[in-house]
This record gives sequence, structure tokens and C-alpha cells, in this order.
Amino acid sequence: MFKTFRPGGIHPSENKLTAGSKIRELPVPSQVSIPLNQHIGASPKILIEKGDMVKVGQLIAQGEGFISANVHSSVSGKVLKVDAVLDISGYKRTAITIRVEGDEWTEEIDRSTDLVREIRLERHEIVKKINESGIVGMGGATFPSHVKLMLPRGKKAEYLIVNGAECEPYLTSDHILMMEKAEQILTGATIMMKALDVEKAIIGIEDNKLDAIAHMTAQAEHYPGIEVQGLKVKYPQGGEKQLIQALINREVPSGGLPIDVGAVVFNVGTLLSTYQAIQKNKPLLERVVTVTGKNLANPGNYMVRIGTPVSALIEVCGGLPENTGKIISGGPMMGKALNSLDVPIIKGTSGITIMPDTESSRKHVQNCIRCSKCITVCPMGLEPYLLMPLGERELFERMEEERAMDCIECGSCSYICPSNRPLLDYIRLGKVAINKIRRERKK
Amino acid sequence: MDLLTISPSPHDHSSETVSKLMYGVILALLPAFLVSVYFFGIGTIIITLTAIVSCVVFEWLIQRFLMKEKSAISDGSAMVTGILLAFCLPTNLPIWLVILGSFIAISVGKMSFGGLGNNPFNPALVGRVFLFISFPVQLTSWPKPGENHFAYLDASTGATPLSIMKEGMKNGERMSEILPDIPFYLDMFIGRMGGSAGEIAAAALLIGLVYLLLRRIITWHIPLSILLTVTVFTGIMWLINPALNPNPLFHLLSGGLMLGAIFMATDYVTSPMVAKGMWIYGIGIGILTVVIRVFGAYPEGVQFAILIMNAFTPLINKYIKPGRFGKEVANG
Repeated sequence: MFKTFRPGGIHPSENKLTAGSKIRELPVPSQVSIPLNQHIGASPKILIEKGDMVKVGQLIAQGEGFISANVHSSVSGKVLKVDAVLDISGYKRTAITIRVEGDEWTEEIDRSTDLVREIRLERHEIVKKINESGIVGMGGATFPSHVKLMLPRGKKAEYLIVNGAECEPYLTSDHILMMEKAEQILTGATIMMKALDVEKAIIGIEDNKLDAIAHMTAQAEHYPGIEVQGLKVKYPQGGEKQLIQALINREVPSGGLPIDVGAVVFNVGTLLSTYQAIQKNKPLLERVVTVTGKNLANPGNYMVRIGTPVSALIEVCGGLPENTGKIISGGPMMGKALNSLDVPIIKGTSGITIMPDTESSRKHVQNCIRCSKCITVCPMGLEPYLLMPLGERELFERMEEERAMDCIECGSCSYICPSNRPLLDYIRLGKVAINKIRRERKK
Repeated sequence: MDLLTISPSPHDHSSETVSKLMYGVILALLPAFLVSVYFFGIGTIIITLTAIVSCVVFEWLIQRFLMKEKSAISDGSAMVTGILLAFCLPTNLPIWLVILGSFIAISVGKMSFGGLGNNPFNPALVGRVFLFISFPVQLTSWPKPGENHFAYLDASTGATPLSIMKEGMKNGERMSEILPDIPFYLDMFIGRMGGSAGEIAAAALLIGLVYLLLRRIITWHIPLSILLTVTVFTGIMWLINPALNPNPLFHLLSGGLMLGAIFMATDYVTSPMVAKGMWIYGIGIGILTVVIRVFGAYPEGVQFAILIMNAFTPLINKYIKPGRFGKEVANG
């Protein structure tokens, strides 16, 4: 029996053009720009200087503060500059630009492809190693993984929830990882189970990936405590609150964290990186990126070094199509529109979606007709039709009462609205303002 | 390559639009229209077309010259208002009255509040009730079904099942005396009875309902709660005294109940937003309809019932909230 979450959810066109397309290694580009801020949290401290020579896997910036993450060099070569570079946020932020020379890796990294199943490290060593390896949530949220493993006092994890839902249209990077790296992912899950001291792990996979459900189920038999659960396709199933509810039928409280219901969630990509960090001593320096779009000549799934410019990926896929209107980092539902092709791939970049100009602009906004479709599709049980005018009138405290902060920004409301109203835009605006009000209150 | 578009997510949009929803409603009204043409002939066509054209023209004029904004008549909502208004008028109504009703529906009922989405009351019902109160004689003369294919103003008229029932009950007659004057239930179901243009055929309206549900234009909550409430309420009275009260089937098939429950009460703008609120609203309409029909001065009460519950909708929306995900805990 396949499960799903409720309430809400939508069924956007899946457009999984690259499903089943094997992971191809993208040639190392001639130059990379590795941003310091690839994660949620504080900026790391830079450890190198202009002119330094670095190796693949060398630590180049160290996390500072509780929520932060290390950054490693993804290439070998010479540090050209440390300055502000346009990244996916649309702003110029500090990045380390390295001119590639050869492909020399640090000696500690085990580059063999042999599967190592036996876990030698102890709990605290695992957490430490994950921290050192700069691992962050690779589903897109980029929250530093080691922080999730340090449970708040008095909380006990019961389930490791593994996100293989990949509900975002177009993207197939998690799908192909589950097909090609199932054992590594399952070993990664076992490592996390050890770190969290939990007996049970559930991997949720949507039923538009029946091959992945079958393959992972077969492989999971050799890994005690890990279960694969099929999920009925529905967006935003990969939202962690929705995924937890679908899999173990518990609702994360408003303003709470998954650990409040005994769950910790990791994406399959994060588990692969965990495996590589713990078993192979390899920090997070590359990831799988789906490059896709209806008019792209050769869409595909690529293993890409962090810091590679988006342009290098698009070139390999046959160049930018003639009528491109929008380039999205991520998928069409939650991705960010890019304003430059020089933006580097970061740890959280699961895909690059190229949209034709016919689909890239918004349609004419009409009056709200109170059809209530936005309420029906909202997975958090909110009323977007009400939140938007509150946002327009800057009644942010009223928005807070209406639980605007619960919004997970999945965009289902804006997607479904027959009047094309920019519901989520105003909810986001409200959330920023509410956060500011809350900070003021604490003072 | 031209400039890239930058906008916040989502970057995809469903194919649903306001006009598609409105044309969906119009399509759902088609079976009732065809049945009406079959039984009432040319009168149905005249008043329906008049109402549609008047509503669209009045909306265009008001938007263009009074509000001075871009006209939105292409969204189809004025057409829906026109059809619904015509559907609750007798088919022998003079054209000028149809135009006047359309004017009130669009100007007072819709545009004076700011147009589509802002009106508290169902515009078609505002127009209909205005005509009903101002011109009671013209609004209560009903062409006989099947006799007036080419007769319009000169159509032969008769009573509706509801007015026969009201008259009889007022005179203290028993059901056994009243029922012989009323059409068989099967005839009422397919529309062979006196009444307003679009309300006669429960069968055709139910086909429309199925389409609206399948196409997901409306949910089942409002029609079901209204029809269920009417059934239960009249059912109790019938069980208590079957000699003096008609059975629930009579109430369901007569008058404008089906048209009201399926097409009028479900108007997006004027009905509640969440399922629980829809139930409250529907039960309210059901109770008020029966109260007016049985105890009130008018034979039919569904239009008044819907308008009254329209007035409650903002209150319902304010206090009946969707089930939020996750219990609220102290945060901040």
C-alpha cells in the first residue's frame, strides 16, 4: 500500500525528462568559484590566500559557530582570488576562485569504488567526521547535517526518515542515485542510524519511480532496520513535515522540528555524501545535478564538482536553447531563477531547469474569486487567499496569528490559483517581516 | 538570447483559469437549458439570451465608463450571472423586465462592490429578488410546460407544484386532496411542470452537478448539505403527519431547490471557503428554505435562504478555519 500526506498537495506535470539517464561525470572545468555560504548558518572562516596551491579535498574554509559548515576545494590548482561572486541568491557573496591545474587529490581520500559496509567509527566520531566533511542537506535546504545529529537535551530520535520522494518536477538526481548507488545510500543510512541511535529507518519514494522502489527494497533486505515505503505521487511530498506525516503519521508541531515527533530527515544525496565521508574519507566536493528542460538538446544527470559554473553544464548538454526565458537552479516549483550563467553549482543544487520563454513569465493577475482552491491544496492547512491581502496591507501581526510562519513555501497556492495571484510572494514578504518583529520582541 | 526572466518560485502554473471555471459552469447549465427549451420553447431562448447580453453589456459599460478600468467581461462571470438570472425567471417575462433585472444584478449585485470577487450576495439572486418584490404579478405567472413552443408573452399559464401546495395547505386541505393536482414525481424529475426557465428539470440539473464535481469546479459539500437538510427536515414533518405534509421527494423535486443548491449556493464568491463552513452554510440554507416554504408567506424560499446565508458567509469564514497542520506549540 502506497501512502501519502494530507491535507493538500497538487499534481504538477512531472516532466521527468532525464529519468533513467545514467550519471555522467562532467569534465573538471578550467576554473571554479566555490562560495563560502553554501549552507544555512554562519559564514566559515577562509583558510587559504590568493596564490596558494590547493588539492582536491583540501579544507579551504572552516565552519564557525554552531550552525555552519566546512568548505573543501573540489579541484586542484591555484587560488586566483577571494572576492565577491554572483551566486544563486542573486547577490554577490564571497567565493574562492581556483584555476584548475591537474587533478591532484589529498592522500587521505579513498578513491576506489569498492563498497565498504562495515562501520568502524563510534557515534561521536561519526558526528565529528560529518561536521569535518562539510556535509549539508543536499535536497536543497542545505542545513548542516551534523547539527541535526546533535539532538536537543531530552529529545530521543525513533526514526531516521530518508527522503527519496523527489516530488519536484523535472529533477531526477535522487532517482538516479537510488538506482546507481543504492548500497552506498543504505550504508549511509546505517551510519546515520548509528549516529542517532535509532533502530528504524524508512525510505520514502514516490511511485513515479517504481524501479527505484523495487531496487531499493531488494537492496534494503541486507540492511537491518531499513524499510522502503512507496508513496503516491503528490507535491510537496518531499517537504520534511509532509514526508514524516506520510510515513509515520505524526504531525510536526507548528514552530517545531522533526525531532519533536522523534524523527530526523535526510535526503538520499546527503546519505551518499555521508557514506563517502565516513567510509571513504571524502568530504563533500561533488554532487549529482540534473540538467533539464524541454528544449535542451541533451538533458542528463551529471556528477559535478562544487563551484563549476552553470554555463559549463549547459554547454555539455548542447548549449542554451534559442528561446530560453528562464534558468532555474532547482526545479520549477521551489527553484530559484538565475540571473547569470556564471553562477556556481553549490552543495544544494539538485538541478538546473531551462524553461522556454513561452512558460517563463507570469500570467495576468485577476481578482480573487474565493474558489478556495488555495486552501484545498495548502499542505499546512493555511488560507493563502487571506494571507495575501494581509501582506499587501502590511498587517504582519495578523498574518502571524493566521500562522503564516507555518508556510513551507511550496508554492502550491500560487500554482493552483485560477486568478494567477502571487499568493506565495506576499506570504514570503510577511514571513520576513514577522521574523523581524519577533527579533524586536526579544530585545 | 534575450534577457532572462527572474521571478520567485513557483515557476509553473496549473492550466486552471477563471474563465475556464466559468465556462465549465456554463457547460454544466446546458442540459437544463435544453430541457427548458423542450418544455417552454422560444421563451427560454429569448429571456436567456436577453439576460446574457444585458449582463455582459452592463458590466462592460460600468467597467469602461464608471470604474474606468480594463474590462474583464471575457472571464465569463457576467455570462454565468445572466444565465442564472434567466433560469429563475418565468419564460413569458417581458424583455424589458429581464433587462431591468440584469441591470440590478450587475450594477447593484456585483459592480457596486468592486466587481467579481467582491460581492457579498449572489448577483443573479439579487436581480431575481428585486424583480420578484417589485413585479410580483409578472414573476408569478408560469407558462405551462409543453404547450408554448412558439408562444412567448402570450403563453398559456398555470400554477407551479409549489404554489398549488401552498394554496392547498393555506386552505387546510389534506395531502389526499392536493396531490391529484400535482404532476407525478417522474414528470417533475424530468421537468414536465410549471416553473422558472431553468429550475424545472432536477434530472438535467443533477447531470450538471456530476459534471461540476468531476471537473472539480465545486465540491459536494454545499449541494449535499442543502439537499440532505431539506430531506431530513421535511422528512420529520412528513413522518409526524403525512396527511398534512408533503413527503421529502416533493420538496426536492419542486421549485428552485435543485438549481439553488447546485448552481446558486455554490457561487464561489458568496459561499464559505472550508468544508466545515460549507456544511453550516448548507444546513442554514436547507432549514430556511423549508421554514419559508412551509411556514412563510411565499411558496418558494430557496432564493431568500441563499441570500440570507450569503450574509453569514463572512462571519463563517472568519471563525471556521481549515484544520491546521501540526499542533501549535510555544515558539518565537
